[in-house]
Amino acid sequence: MAIRFVLMVNKQGQTRLAQYYEYLTLEERRALEGEIVRKCLARTEQQCSFVEHRNYKIVYRRYASLFFLVGVDNDENELAILEFIHLLVETMDRHFGNVCELDIMFHLEKAHFMLEEMVMNGCIVETSKSNILAPIQLIDKAP
Amino acid sequence: MANPSIMDTLFQRSLEDLIKGIRLQSPDSSTPTSSFLCKSMEEIRREIKSTDPHTKSIALLKLTYLNSIYGFDMSWAAFHVVEVISYPQFPLKKIGYSAATASFHDGTDVLLLLTNQLRKDLSSSNGFEVSLALQCLSVIGTTDLCRDLCNEIFTLLSSTRIYVKKKAIAVVLRVFRKYQDAVGVCFKRLVDNLESSEPQGMSAVVGVFCELTLRDPEGYLPLAPEFYRILIDCKNNWVLIKVLKIFAKLAPLEPRLAKKIVDPICEIMRRTMAKSLMFECIWTVVSSLSEYESAVKLAVVKARELLVDDDPNLKYLGLKALSSLAFNHPWAVVENKDAVISSLSDADPNIKLASLRIVMSMVSEDNVVEISRVLINYSLKSDPDFCNEILRSILTTCSRNYYEVVFDFDWYISLLGEMSRIPYCQRGEEIENQLIDIGMRVKDARQELVRVARDLLIDPALLGNPFLHRILSAAAWVSGEYVELSKSPFELMEALLQPRTSLLPPLIRAVYIQSAFKVLVYCLHSYLLQKEATASSFAADGNTPWIENSAIQGPEGSDLATSELDREFNPRDFSPSFENNGHSISKLSTHKSMVNLLNLTEMALGPLMESHEVEIQERVRNILGVKELVKQEILDHSAQKEENSEKKESDASKIIELIYHSFSEELGPVSASAQARITVPNGLVLKDNLAELEIICGDIELPVSTSFSLGTLHSREKEVLSLDDAASNEDSEPSTESTSLLSEHYKRHKLYYLLERKMMPFPLIIHLPMKVRFRIIRSMISMIL
Repeated sequence: MAIRFVLMVNKQGQTRLAQYYEYLTLEERRALEGEIVRKCLARTEQQCSFVEHRNYKIVYRRYASLFFLVGVDNDENELAILEFIHLLVETMDRHFGNVCELDIMFHLEKAHFMLEEMVMNGCIVETSKSNILAPIQLIDKAP
Repeated sequence: MANPSIMDTLFQRSLEDLIKGIRLQSPDSSTPTSSFLCKSMEEIRREIKSTDPHTKSIALLKLTYLNSIYGFDMSWAAFHVVEVISYPQFPLKKIGYSAATASFHDGTDVLLLLTNQLRKDLSSSNGFEVSLALQCLSVIGTTDLCRDLCNEIFTLLSSTRIYVKKKAIAVVLRVFRKYQDAVGVCFKRLVDNLESSEPQGMSAVVGVFCELTLRDPEGYLPLAPEFYRILIDCKNNWVLIKVLKIFAKLAPLEPRLAKKIVDPICEIMRRTMAKSLMFECIWTVVSSLSEYESAVKLAVVKARELLVDDDPNLKYLGLKALSSLAFNHPWAVVENKDAVISSLSDADPNIKLASLRIVMSMVSEDNVVEISRVLINYSLKSDPDFCNEILRSILTTCSRNYYEVVFDFDWYISLLGEMSRIPYCQRGEEIENQLIDIGMRVKDARQELVRVARDLLIDPALLGNPFLHRILSAAAWVSGEYVELSKSPFELMEALLQPRTSLLPPLIRAVYIQSAFKVLVYCLHSYLLQKEATASSFAADGNTPWIENSAIQGPEGSDLATSELDREFNPRDFSPSFENNGHSISKLSTHKSMVNLLNLTEMALGPLMESHEVEIQERVRNILGVKELVKQEILDHSAQKEENSEKKESDASKIIELIYHSFSEELGPVSASAQARITVPNGLVLKDNLAELEIICGDIELPVSTSFSLGTLHSREKEVLSLDDAASNEDSEPSTESTSLLSEHYKRHKLYYLLERKMMPFPLIIHLPMKVRFRIIRSMISMIL
């Protein structure tokens, strides 16, 4: 698995979206989220966006009040993951129009759906925004 | 709980209501234990049992939300999830599938019930239903599911609907992993997809092959031509990155392949504007194509561009690329030395660590001095964590392979001393180990070692720093052990006995006291010898034999010891041998100075005679005991006339001589397997399991024992000659059983007991607490003396 999980966390450390691509129990998830969030939120803007954690890496970026954290294997290309995060944000932006944290909170299933279109089995399978959004738009239009 | 009623259906709160409700709560009530969430969970439990599909689904949706965001367990609802998935309405089905993805795992027992439903959905004409099933399968697919659905997946791999095909390709990865036989079935179709090079499916296909290749490169070597074609033709950066990863794994297996791809990769490196792709090229060259000099040169140029960029991400990646080059192509690092070293003071700890690692990998015999100097300077300017990281890496690198890179030990020892004085230094233990290790292994360095140790011991400020205590312990030990190399033993004595040593923890204080003992014995010995020598120089040669006799009578020690004795005790070479040792003790050891020394000892250590710490108490009593012995002799001397030069050697001199000889014996390092090489003598039974002791010592609490040694005079902290660890297990108050045994034994064998009834036979002493033990042994020794 190249990508192990995707988290969206706000500045207070509350999880807004959590998608795991390998199975972890609820306690493990909570512990993991707590550790990682503490590490990443403590970093400043001048520091790089990659954090080594246990035997894998975390690539993160902050957009307004939301942190996007992606856990990846050690051999993954970090810059590509940063671009992936940006792609995700742009896709959500296009769909919701000026996406903000509240949009994600109230339309969590849509955000999940978008993420599922982009990543399956930990691999990035779709990188074109229109391709990602097409099914969602069709579903929305359906009665 | 009450059955779901129509009320629930009518007034069910939607997910949106739930979220709004949560947000209305005050911040500290959004914890899982808060009452609002618990109430909502109860509602959900009621609602989910409803037969109305809509109600059920909304309840499930809310439950999934709470599970994913707040960590509520939803495994109890597994069956409901299966039910919801079976609903024909698409939105409800979607809710069911997302619940399954979030909560099902290998251990969920209702998974088998899903098989048929998945099969139906996979064969559905509605592409979205198919995609739902595929997505769910990709996360929860077990071996059974994969096996049962393999055929459906196989069909989908050649579906005309691109959307569906793409997802089927992605699922194949999981299916292959869980159910190996599927490989035979589906592989051909997978390869067909690769060859068809449809833009939409390309990412998926290449992604799958990337993962597969990472696990088993050899199997995918035959597909190399396909990947090559993609490398040349494709313009999609994501795909190219994946293909490069594949080649990074394949190239080491096949040199002709490597030759072929070098040029296209360099071309991409030059052309591309995308930093991610460029980095991937650099990484591929650096990790798998490092024999191609031109490619490596180009990679280094590009890495340099990254390194000097202001963006910390790029800088970090540049350092990462350089560090993997450091081993095979050190010139790359040397070229960029300035950039690397300036990164040592970057704001980002990750960058600092990465550059430190690169610097340490460059260390060799020639530059270790220079690099250490630079690093120490940086450590002085850094925060405590990084400072200690620098020190740790210097210590590890220099001590690797028994100090392979260090050729000038004098310099290294002074460096260790310097490190000890760095304000943030917390690496006391390693420095201590190295100081002692070098002292034992490198004889030539001992002079420098003693000098550095003296500097450390004299400084009263260092005593207050708890991190340095271990280093000071090493310094004290070294000073005691190699006191003959010291320039001024008297100064040492003062340093070891200074009042501030009360700040030290007891064990380390004990080392200090023991070293003071060694120094004292050394001074006394030299003084007494000198006295005899001056006395004998007036007398006839008759006096010299006893000195030579004592040389012969010397300890049954090693050849080393006797040769030292030959050197030092030959009265004809008396003065030169002392001067050869580089100090002028013959000048200093006047009668007055010895008296001062003894008084100092008494003053400093007298108060400790009743110390609660057994380590300290034992050593203090040893040293003061000896002092008492010699005091008479020394004080007598002032009144002694020269006619008494024929006086026989006194008891005190004999004892000092003995002690000195035992201290002179050199203790080398003991190999780790030494104990194992000693055969167990016949009749000795070594038991692992001391459970039998429970019978004797059953309900008695064992005191926590620090390492102690049933003191022979030259035992060190490290080499604890304890009465076996088994003995310390047996350390307890004597039970009534053993005291009665004792008294019986005494009655029968009273004759053989040395002393009064209070005295116990030696072996049984181990049943007593440590303090009592010491008192007994000490009184025994004093009675003998």
